[in-house]
Amino acid sequence: MTGPATVGQTRLSWNLPGDLHQLVAYHFMVNAFEVGTVTAVVAGAIGWFMVLRRQSFAGHTLAVVAFPGAAGAIWLGLNAAVGYFGFAAGAALVFAALPRSPSGKGFSEESAVIGTVQAMALAAGFLFVSLYRGFLDSLTGLLFGSFLGVTDGQVLLVALVGLASLAALGLMARPLFFATVDEDVARARGVPVRLLSTVFLLVLGLAAAEVSQVTGSLLVFALLVMPAAAAQQVTARPGWSFTLTVLLSLVVTWLGLAAAYFSIYPVGFFVTTFGFATYLLAVGSRGLLARRGRQVRGPLVVAG
Amino acid sequence: MSGIAHMLSDPFQQRAFLAGGLIALSAGLVGYFVVLRSQVFTGDALSHVATAGALGALAVGVDLRIGLFGCCLAFGLAMAALGRRGRADDVVVGSVFAWILGLGALFLTVYTTNHSGGNSSAGVTVLFGSIFGLSASEALLAEGLALAVALVLVALARPLLFATLDDAVAAARGVPVRLLGFAFLALVAVTAGEATQAVGSLLLLGLLAAPAGAAHRLTDRPFRALWLSGAISLGSLWAGLTLAFAVPTLPPSFAIMSFASGSYLLALPLSHLRRRPSPPAPGIGPTTPLGSTR
Repeated sequence: MTGPATVGQTRLSWNLPGDLHQLVAYHFMVNAFEVGTVTAVVAGAIGWFMVLRRQSFAGHTLAVVAFPGAAGAIWLGLNAAVGYFGFAAGAALVFAALPRSPSGKGFSEESAVIGTVQAMALAAGFLFVSLYRGFLDSLTGLLFGSFLGVTDGQVLLVALVGLASLAALGLMARPLFFATVDEDVARARGVPVRLLSTVFLLVLGLAAAEVSQVTGSLLVFALLVMPAAAAQQVTARPGWSFTLTVLLSLVVTWLGLAAAYFSIYPVGFFVTTFGFATYLLAVGSRGLLARRGRQVRGPLVVAG
Repeated sequence: MSGIAHMLSDPFQQRAFLAGGLIALSAGLVGYFVVLRSQVFTGDALSHVATAGALGALAVGVDLRIGLFGCCLAFGLAMAALGRRGRADDVVVGSVFAWILGLGALFLTVYTTNHSGGNSSAGVTVLFGSIFGLSASEALLAEGLALAVALVLVALARPLLFATLDDAVAAARGVPVRLLGFAFLALVAVTAGEATQAVGSLLLLGLLAAPAGAAHRLTDRPFRALWLSGAISLGSLWAGLTLAFAVPTLPPSFAIMSFASGSYLLALPLSHLRRRPSPPAPGIGPTTPLGSTR
């Protein structure tokens, strides 16, 4: 695996076309950009719904439980995919069975159950790792991720999973949005709210599990939360904020990859830092407009 | 019996039982309010702040504890400030959380590239903790802080409960709701910092969430649930440590988490049995769980 540190001289110059040419000169960087682009689009699209539904904690847990699943499968001698899909689907079904608290008000058991599931899964992962031995080296890779060593096969796999989850999301987008914005009215109109919630969590869990095997759970989680959080601060119109989410996600990922290429620091750091800066900028500009007495629409919030 | 006596004669086991027990007790007590306020995600984020802070201190070369507690307090208060009424909301926590993980990755890289002797498993050790590796001075600090957190929390419990259950009425009655929100997150931050160093961020999350979830299931009376949560947490830790001693292949974190999750699972059917005898009076509606009365 060739990382950027071993590739030799990579210098940023004022010659922009030259820099771009340098970026794609190596095959591993092309692969990284391809995986990054797919991840950005898929995570942005799913994350837009996740943030709107206030399910970031569930999303984070689903992105993390893939690791113990994979560790367990490897320890048992099974294919790692069996483990991470199994754990992610199991956790998604548990979360879907929980009663949802309306817009986070009042006491609900949701956060306690999610926290317990995550801690128990990670503890089990630690047990599998200590039973198996020798898996620990890739542990930091699984947690923090570095998608500079992606193979062609992995690119294809991520692209297929991404397409499948986008297709599933596209099929249920309208009813899911309805069920998210006003659950009671949607239920009264005959929308299968419960089923949609379950299918959404399954899509979120399976996509996060698969992609995080390649990019690490950190990047998946960051791209799920940050672009959507920023975009929903800026505009209250669903179509605009969805488009903006995917665009921000792409820009943040590409800039993060490029910055990581020209420095010795990890991709995860750059992507999360750009994402967080975008979020702060969105929150700040909203506050500034509100203070000047301008009429500000949004942020996009769910009616309680 | 001689096995237990043998176990307790080892100084590392003694420290694990005493320091770990006090940390578990404080995590259980804090966890009751964390669950009641639906802030488990915040606790999870703060435990990773502790990891990143510790790695940052290692990377810069200052004392680990400065980074740990400094970062925890700073981010705990920042998240309280970004949310309304001193409660951070889901999106704020998620965004800060993701950035913290990125910072952790940066510090790990800086640390491993600057210290050729250092290895990349430093992050793993910080993340999972090693309860049997506590030195005497570390254990003393852990015990003191855990005890202080527990005492402050019990002292604040009554107004905090009021502010949590009905913040509008509490504010009208002159309870400093926002200030309490900040104070509470500071307590969570200190717990997270201490527990992360001593038992690992994984166990902290479990001890915040599982015992409190079980206690909420077992009783509706707030103070009984508060003490029950602390007791379940403490019991899980001691039982887990004993099991891990008896079966050496089990990591202590797994054994402890098994007992904590097991108590939650056990509480689920028990709570159904408990609630059945009192059907809701017709016309009043279903019995609402604690806190959802608005």
